[in-house]
Amino acid sequence: MGSNMAEAHPVGFQWVVEAKARGATVFHIDPRFTRTSALADRHVPLRAGTDIAFLGGVINHILSNGLEFREYVEAYTNAPFLVREEFADTEDLDGLFSGYDPESGSYDPASWHYESATAREGRGERAREQSSPYQHGSGGPPLEGGADEIAADPSLEHPRCVFQILKRHFARYTPEMVERVCGVPRELFDEVCRAWTENSGRERTAALVYSVGWTQHSMGAQYIRAGSIIQLLLGNIGRPGGGVFALRGHASIQGSTDIPTLFNLLPGYLPMPDTSHEGIDSYLQLVRGDRQKGFWRNADAYLVSLLKEYWGEHATADNDWCFEYLPRINGDHGTYRTVMDMIDGKVFGYFLLGQNPAVGSAHGRLQRLGMANLDWLVVRDLAMIESATFWKDSPEVETGEIVPERCRTEVFFFPAASHVEKSGTFTQTQRMLQWRDKAVEPKGDQRSELWFFYHLGRILKEKLAGSSDERDRPVLDLWWDYRLEDGDEPSGADVLRRINGVDLARDRALTGYPELKSDGSTACGCWIYSGVFADEVNQAARRKPHTEQGPYESEWGWTWPMNRRVLYNRASADPRGRPWSERKKLVWWDAGKGEWTGFDVPDFEATKPPDYRPAPGASGPEALCGDDPFIMQADGKGWLFAPNGVLDGPLPTHYEPHESPVRNPLYGQQGNPARKVYPRADNPSNPSPPELHSEVFPFVFSVARLTEHHTAGGMSRQLPYLAELQPELFVEVSPELAAERGLVHLDWAHVVTSRAAVEARVLVTERMRPLRIEDRVVHQVWLPYHWGQTGLVAGDVVNDLFGVVVDPNVFIQESKVATCDIRPGRRPRGPALPAYLAEYRERAGITLETGTHLDTSRGSEG
Amino acid sequence: MANSFHGRLDDPAGEAGYAQHPPRVGFFTDTSVCIGCKACEVACKEWNGVPDDGFDLLGMSFDNTGELGANSWRHVAFVEQERPGAVSPEPVELGLPSFDLPGASGGEQTRTDFRWLMSSDVCKHCTHAGCLDVCPTGALFRTEFGSVVVQPDICNGCGYCVSGCPYGVIDRREDDGRAWKCTLCYDRLRDGLEPACAKACPTDSIQFGPLDELRERAARRVDALHEAGVAEARLYGEDPDDGVGGDGAFFLLLDEPEVYGLPPDPVVPTRFAGSMWKYAGVAASAFVAAAVSVFFGRGG
Amino acid sequence: MKEQVAVPRAEFRSYYGRPVLKPPVWEWKIPAYLFTGGLSAGAAVLGAGADLTGRPVLRTVSRLGSLGALGASMYLLVADLGRPERFLHMLRVAKPSSPMSVGTWILVAYGPGAGLAAVAELVPARWRGTPLGRLVRAAARPAGLWAATMAPGVASYTSVLLSQTAVPAWQDAHRQLPFVFTGSAAASGAGWGLVWTPVGQAGPARRLAVLGAAAEVAASKVVDQRLGVTSQAYTTGKAHRLRTWSEYLTVGGAVGAVAGRRSRVLSALSGLALLAGSALQRFGVFEAGVESTKDPRYVVAGQRERLSRER
Repeated sequence: MGSNMAEAHPVGFQWVVEAKARGATVFHIDPRFTRTSALADRHVPLRAGTDIAFLGGVINHILSNGLEFREYVEAYTNAPFLVREEFADTEDLDGLFSGYDPESGSYDPASWHYESATAREGRGERAREQSSPYQHGSGGPPLEGGADEIAADPSLEHPRCVFQILKRHFARYTPEMVERVCGVPRELFDEVCRAWTENSGRERTAALVYSVGWTQHSMGAQYIRAGSIIQLLLGNIGRPGGGVFALRGHASIQGSTDIPTLFNLLPGYLPMPDTSHEGIDSYLQLVRGDRQKGFWRNADAYLVSLLKEYWGEHATADNDWCFEYLPRINGDHGTYRTVMDMIDGKVFGYFLLGQNPAVGSAHGRLQRLGMANLDWLVVRDLAMIESATFWKDSPEVETGEIVPERCRTEVFFFPAASHVEKSGTFTQTQRMLQWRDKAVEPKGDQRSELWFFYHLGRILKEKLAGSSDERDRPVLDLWWDYRLEDGDEPSGADVLRRINGVDLARDRALTGYPELKSDGSTACGCWIYSGVFADEVNQAARRKPHTEQGPYESEWGWTWPMNRRVLYNRASADPRGRPWSERKKLVWWDAGKGEWTGFDVPDFEATKPPDYRPAPGASGPEALCGDDPFIMQADGKGWLFAPNGVLDGPLPTHYEPHESPVRNPLYGQQGNPARKVYPRADNPSNPSPPELHSEVFPFVFSVARLTEHHTAGGMSRQLPYLAELQPELFVEVSPELAAERGLVHLDWAHVVTSRAAVEARVLVTERMRPLRIEDRVVHQVWLPYHWGQTGLVAGDVVNDLFGVVVDPNVFIQESKVATCDIRPGRRPRGPALPAYLAEYRERAGITLETGTHLDTSRGSEG
Repeated sequence: MANSFHGRLDDPAGEAGYAQHPPRVGFFTDTSVCIGCKACEVACKEWNGVPDDGFDLLGMSFDNTGELGANSWRHVAFVEQERPGAVSPEPVELGLPSFDLPGASGGEQTRTDFRWLMSSDVCKHCTHAGCLDVCPTGALFRTEFGSVVVQPDICNGCGYCVSGCPYGVIDRREDDGRAWKCTLCYDRLRDGLEPACAKACPTDSIQFGPLDELRERAARRVDALHEAGVAEARLYGEDPDDGVGGDGAFFLLLDEPEVYGLPPDPVVPTRFAGSMWKYAGVAASAFVAAAVSVFFGRGG
Repeated sequence: MKEQVAVPRAEFRSYYGRPVLKPPVWEWKIPAYLFTGGLSAGAAVLGAGADLTGRPVLRTVSRLGSLGALGASMYLLVADLGRPERFLHMLRVAKPSSPMSVGTWILVAYGPGAGLAAVAELVPARWRGTPLGRLVRAAARPAGLWAATMAPGVASYTSVLLSQTAVPAWQDAHRQLPFVFTGSAAASGAGWGLVWTPVGQAGPARRLAVLGAAAEVAASKVVDQRLGVTSQAYTTGKAHRLRTWSEYLTVGGAVGAVAGRRSRVLSALSGLALLAGSALQRFGVFEAGVESTKDPRYVVAGQRERLSRER
């Protein structure tokens, strides 16, 4: 679901084809019939933005028919735990949970907590501003008292236990509801439920794959939560052939979140300190929690080692390891907020590194206007992308909004070396680091990122040398002596070794994060990567063929953490440590040797027996029982219900997308009540029910990729062999919609939203289906987003159609579903274009208020 | 009756004069696992330095290559086939291409769903190759691997091969004048490597290897598909008794060949050479007889 | 020739209506060559016969026409190549499976004969007495006879050249095209003679014109009617128009040759008509072939028809 795997991950898709050849059944649930659907056993078309309704239907099917994997659910999830009395569900509040503050559009999760646990973080609005849940990334959110005995009902009958709350919450997600909301015929939905449940349990497992079709929604995190709930109920997490696969959107983007390029994270998903942290102690207290289980307890070791890596000998116990050098955030510094700040004149410089927001980010016009208001812009890329040339050839130049002679931005373009012209690691979806060697020397002025930043840092240090200003110390004190090779190129291997971490006294590479200390004797650039250079061997460079090793190929590359291939694989054995079945054994307890063993590196303390129970008052890893597989969670269990850490509700709930032609059939609450909107004149929204005039933009549209091009097209539209495979921007419409709007195959049409009009050639295809939703027909429209003005093949920028509204948990924009109109013929050009759009906005009655009334539930005023 | 021009021929390379040669190799393209990614098209062009073929949106589903040619040695075809019951109004002139959608007429009874056929087409390297037979310069030749290759330094662009191919594969390159087609990566074969397209194909739709092995594998695959209820799966070009003696590159198709743009019953033109020359001989004799007879008798 | 009443259009499937085959890469030069080659052959046999039966003008005209047409043929063939500078590569192999290779060698054998015979006609009076001049003139008759024996090959191999391709219109007509082409060659050679020869010596040309025209038109009719789906390529569109005009001119020219046997002017006009008719026939056949590759119907429906017949 939410993935076109054959299209966007064709090489990875060979394993799906292989699985099919071995008898697996593949379902593809997607608004469009794509190249993935062509090879699936069954394609299930559904309305874009209704995945939670579908998944909710599956959850309801499981719970109503008793199809859950009972022993797994009882032992490994928080199903038995009791939630506090004050909790009120969407059933009670017409689509809202308890604790909602309509003023700030955010929740205080206090009422969602377990009866016997509390959380320090009840800071609804601040958490929403900083996307705090993202900061708990690879581990669990804090939950005080997670290590204590939590009030529970092991029989799962108590009305306030998680299991019963789940049942009640999803009771209205019936197959009829799924048909009404999603447009999925009953028989097809039943087929999916049957197949999913029949292929789960002791003997069989089912895997769930998703990609940006799930994440790029105003409640994307909840989509994934819904999928995870199903997989937990069916016992598919931590088991071979099961799991939830997030297919990332770029090569190595996993690496760019592990060693992050995100404003609110430090490497290894440590949170970025913010202005509420008085110092290192208050920061660590927040992260470690007090009475929690799990490995976040050792966050002090991870942080101190990171600070030692940053500032080397300058970081000492006396100065709190230079913790004060770290910048603090104090709000939303996400990319969209930053661009808006550029327009508002608050940001004056920008580095773009292999990123093309003029084409690739939502609301292209906003991006370009932002960049046009900078003092300087540095672009590093393989080709002269639109974000570097916007000042002379963007659509705004044509409309007159940007005048090249007066645009104040000074653009510096640095040619970049490609991945074959430098050595380093890729980290992909599987969390695997694979080392690549340099194959050819870069030409001319092309250089690697590593070279650029190393020398930038070096030059900044030289320029600041001798300064007595305290503000310069963080730069001056950086531990910057990486080894150079081939002249002045920093050694990627040396950097990787420092990321792995070293024992400073003996200058020895560490073997893993358990070796990290909080006393300053270790330095480590990213604690989850620790182990990649164990024994001074570049583990990421290992390439033992699969024919020469076991089924989990532990000696090809290196996965974090600790080369464990299947996370939470403790769950592949029952509470007593025996595999759930012979057929599905993965790791198990070897009583004779007193250790966990199996086909994969156990994701568990090697010698902790299954019947281990912690001493009273224990916390951290010591508090994990022998049957707590979810070792990063504060209570060691998989969360069906999330008492903390998710800003828009403890349970996934179907809300309509921010822009939708349909009134939410399930609740009065129309959209995600906690979604982040940015009410600005330059960020209008199309109206959605209960707002009036939504029929001005009556069609649902979605945007995605083609195999032949790569994201914003910077790497593919320059190449003749790719450009000729998909030479022009096109829009896919069903024959029915073509008839309704007078669209002719291969003629021009233009898609209109309140932000932009984009022209494209028409592709009439039966792969796009109109859906019967409630009492009407909803048409869907689809475009690929790879085109911009530069390159061998050019076209309009499709992302101009979207506005900015983001998921509150992770700040991802909703760019997979919105509403639009489509008309035959080419779009207006020049100043006629803004006039055309203004006329649409007027007809739709769009004002600054549109799309900003988040609370539409029965109890609201709106 | 088999002879070196048609009918079963087990050893084309031997027939062509190689005393010792490696086993015949070729492609088995299993289109049931093709994901239409076109990696084959790109890998082929990269390896062989084939020029791009123009940037035109053809509107044939995702096929913007159109057909095999001098500048397209791999071509991925896309066929969208009907689905049951739609929410549709009366048929209207939509400017859709003015032919039936492939598969719309004469459909398959076993198919009940919407489907999207994808298939990577290539030169068939026929056992009896029409192009090779008619080449007057010897530019086209049979390699020791059983494949058919054009030598660009000999070809004088007479274009006869273009009309000799019953599959419409080989063509003359416009600005260049010579005929070009897939070489089965002859240079890679000689170094013990597999062709670029087979190497790049992520799902192993394009399988390369000794032809015997491929034929066995294909037979098993078709059986497996039939057992799984895919009755329309069939092999194309695999039969050594067909009109070209079987192809060096054969296919597993999920519909009739013409749906993919392939001829239903290709025959190497040389098959009828004997008969053709016979008739020509008779006509030539008649010509002579007439020419002689008009000089007898009186009158001018 | 009436346009064929619609044979029920065969139901067939295709890939977006696109052709299965490639159209011939040959352009106008090849059908033009078919004409000039046939003309050369027809003139050669007339020239040899005229030589043996004492018709000097017919002889001279025919021999010169034969060489001239051959020269034009050579130019057309070489110029149509994608790499004309490599035309000698044709001589690298002698390949029986390739009608073009066979034809190349036929032309190689034919050329010197036709050339020598024609050169002999061109030896200026003052050189006739020289040893070389006498040699040339002595060799003329054997050369001309030699050319005449190769001429049938020249006239007929081109039908195999076209037929031994995948082009449906040509392949399916492989029994008829040889007669169309040799008939056309005879008619055009005769026509050439009629244009330039006084009526007194032109008897053989007149008679050959009638025989050639009859053969050509008869065979042509069979093509129009007996080839199933393929016939439509000949009886529709541009091919049909060319061949209709060809038929008028060829028949008209043959009739005119006989009727005007005492009129120099009528004979010459008839000769021109025969020449034009022969050329148009070649272009018509060529066009039918091209069309039969462009419409996938001919390949798909044609082959399906054949398959159902064979079952």
